[in-house]
Amino acid sequence: MNQKKNILTISNFKLFIGNKSILNNLNLSINENEIHILMGPNGSGKTTLSKFLTGYSDYTFFDGSIQYLGNNLSELSTENRANEGLFLAFQYPPEIPGVTNYDFLRIIYNQKQKILNKTELTPIDFFEHIIPLCKDLKISQEFLMRNFNDGFSGGEKKKNEILQMVLLDPKLIILDEIDSGLDRDAIKIIFEYINKYRNKNSSLLIITHNPKILQYLEFTKVHILLNGNIIKTGGFDIVENLELYGYDFFTNLIE
Amino acid sequence: MKSSEISNYLDTSYKYGFITEIEKEFFPKGINSSIVKFLALKKKEPKYLSLNRLKSYKFWKQMYFPNWIEYDIPKITFSDIQYYSIPKKNSSSLEEINPEILEVFTKLGIPLSEQKQLANVAIDAVFDSVSISTTYKEKLAKYGVIFSSISLAIKYYLKLVKKFFGKVVSLVDNFFTALNSSIFSDGSFCYIGQNIKSPLELSSYFRINDKSSGQFERTLIIAENNSEVSYLEGCTAPEYKETQLHAAVVELITFKNGIIKYSTIQNWYGGNSQGFGGIYNLVTKRGLCSGKLSKILWTQVEVGSSITWKYPSCILLGEESIGEFFSVALTKNFQQADTGTKMYHLGKKTKSKIISKGISSDFSQNSYRGLVKFSKTAFFSRNFSQCDSFLLGDYCTVFTYPYLDVYNKYSIIEHEAKISKLNDDQLFYLQQRGISIESAIGIIINGFCKDILVMLPLEFALEANKLLSLKLEYNIG
Repeated sequence: MNQKKNILTISNFKLFIGNKSILNNLNLSINENEIHILMGPNGSGKTTLSKFLTGYSDYTFFDGSIQYLGNNLSELSTENRANEGLFLAFQYPPEIPGVTNYDFLRIIYNQKQKILNKTELTPIDFFEHIIPLCKDLKISQEFLMRNFNDGFSGGEKKKNEILQMVLLDPKLIILDEIDSGLDRDAIKIIFEYINKYRNKNSSLLIITHNPKILQYLEFTKVHILLNGNIIKTGGFDIVENLELYGYDFFTNLIE
Repeated sequence: MKSSEISNYLDTSYKYGFITEIEKEFFPKGINSSIVKFLALKKKEPKYLSLNRLKSYKFWKQMYFPNWIEYDIPKITFSDIQYYSIPKKNSSSLEEINPEILEVFTKLGIPLSEQKQLANVAIDAVFDSVSISTTYKEKLAKYGVIFSSISLAIKYYLKLVKKFFGKVVSLVDNFFTALNSSIFSDGSFCYIGQNIKSPLELSSYFRINDKSSGQFERTLIIAENNSEVSYLEGCTAPEYKETQLHAAVVELITFKNGIIKYSTIQNWYGGNSQGFGGIYNLVTKRGLCSGKLSKILWTQVEVGSSITWKYPSCILLGEESIGEFFSVALTKNFQQADTGTKMYHLGKKTKSKIISKGISSDFSQNSYRGLVKFSKTAFFSRNFSQCDSFLLGDYCTVFTYPYLDVYNKYSIIEHEAKISKLNDDQLFYLQQRGISIESAIGIIINGFCKDILVMLPLEFALEANKLLSLKLEYNIG
């Protein structure tokens, strides 16, 4: 069997906010072209993990090591992590008043092009680039001309995250509850879109509460995060147990 | 994010701060009636003007420095200012201008020589106390647009000057106009004839070069019936430890259906990070909409000066006349900006709109001060005001002083105000998309000011963008 390239390795990772332990001895390894599903009850530390990985610095203490593409992740700044291909689709993306979605998307796209020493696109050329990408997401041109996330519906905000993901062509994609608050049709559109447009070598870490999304994905593993630690890793059987018994099933496992 | 961290990311360098040594001709420091008389003599002015100067000077001697402002204003020693300073070998023909001065303007991005002139903009370049050159003068004259220095206008168009000069802002309107009326040395004059739309943008560029001299210029713009003009002023000064005074007067008059768009990009030196040096920018700007459906639109981007007091105003006399004011003021270090507008509604169905955006950082103070007045005769008039402030850090302050004077109950007034701070979630989000923190702050501030920046003439919108220390590549509109 071919040895797959490692993308992310988290070993013995601990994280505190104030005196409170949020993540405790966490271990997780993601290789190229793998899809990992991270599930866990509210407050189990899922979002904290995704924010820490992308460089949010409001944490008092951490321990252990995180390797990203063979580098020590904690030595990279937030924007360098992004420029090295780490992407987070936010659960609650902010609004930016006065900046049109079109300008914003072009700025981040050109930023990536600059890093890769590729041609940056003028406002006119970018139009040709972005319009085909919008079609399959079922979003209109008018959506591009509004201010960034200003007055967007929940579904539009999430679609906007995915559109950015495709523009930036990342290596590791973290989706933080991309499905929450979406209707079934929108979920289907988003995941079919991800499958169609994402780089085939990219890897995904998908944080979710909703086992139904798994029907759209050929996932590698499912992890259950409980009390700051991954207590169970496996395949579809885990999801079945979860659907039948809830997280209690796993709590009992610990005890 | 902490205040100290933010200021590390703001670009405080001032790229127009270079000093040019030029052989000059100047009056001794201080002001008295002999200096005033001597100036009138030197400029070979008609008697009517020199009498006005002396009258203004006498008034000024009896006036007091305004004390209504809340800030600490260091005392200005008026006897220590040089009121007149011009480069030697000064001549109005381009071939004979001191090449060093042409070099200064080229460095500032305003090439004056014929081969390199900006294509869509006519420029009057004012250096210390004198107008150096006005481009496209002849071409504009063919179209029925007079654009020249005020000194030349006094020489060649005295009738027009006499008719309008000092009519919107009285010679002794306030302490600083009285000073200006007695000692003004140059400035710009624009006259747009009936039914004419100026084919070019008109622009004046003011440069204070001398360490101890002040600049006291006057601008007079007249738009006749059905005419239209867009005018822009820009200003810069070298970096000195000493402060300099800039006390200008600007008067605008529009007649029936006439439109004046007056834009300012004010980038005087604003002092260093310890609060030393910079320009005191204490100017009076006022426009009169005298005809029916006439319109005056003020747009300003204020980023310079250690102290700014400036309230570009509109007197809405003509029926259905319109006054608009759009402003961005960005203060850094120890800058103090107190700016806003006055809208005097006199005519029926007059309309005014005010949008002001103040951004304050470091230890600076940034105020909006505005008056909206509906007089008894202003039936069915309307005003809308929006004053937004943005705080970048923990030690800066912003104030809003909206004064409303309503004497007509058939008129409608609306006022909105908002204060925001730099938001960590937005910053993190932008950084997660690979954008550096400097650019991220730039994008957020740019979005905050967008309503104003889109009002600027296109050629200058990009320049204004850069001035707001936005090093991002970002397209407006």
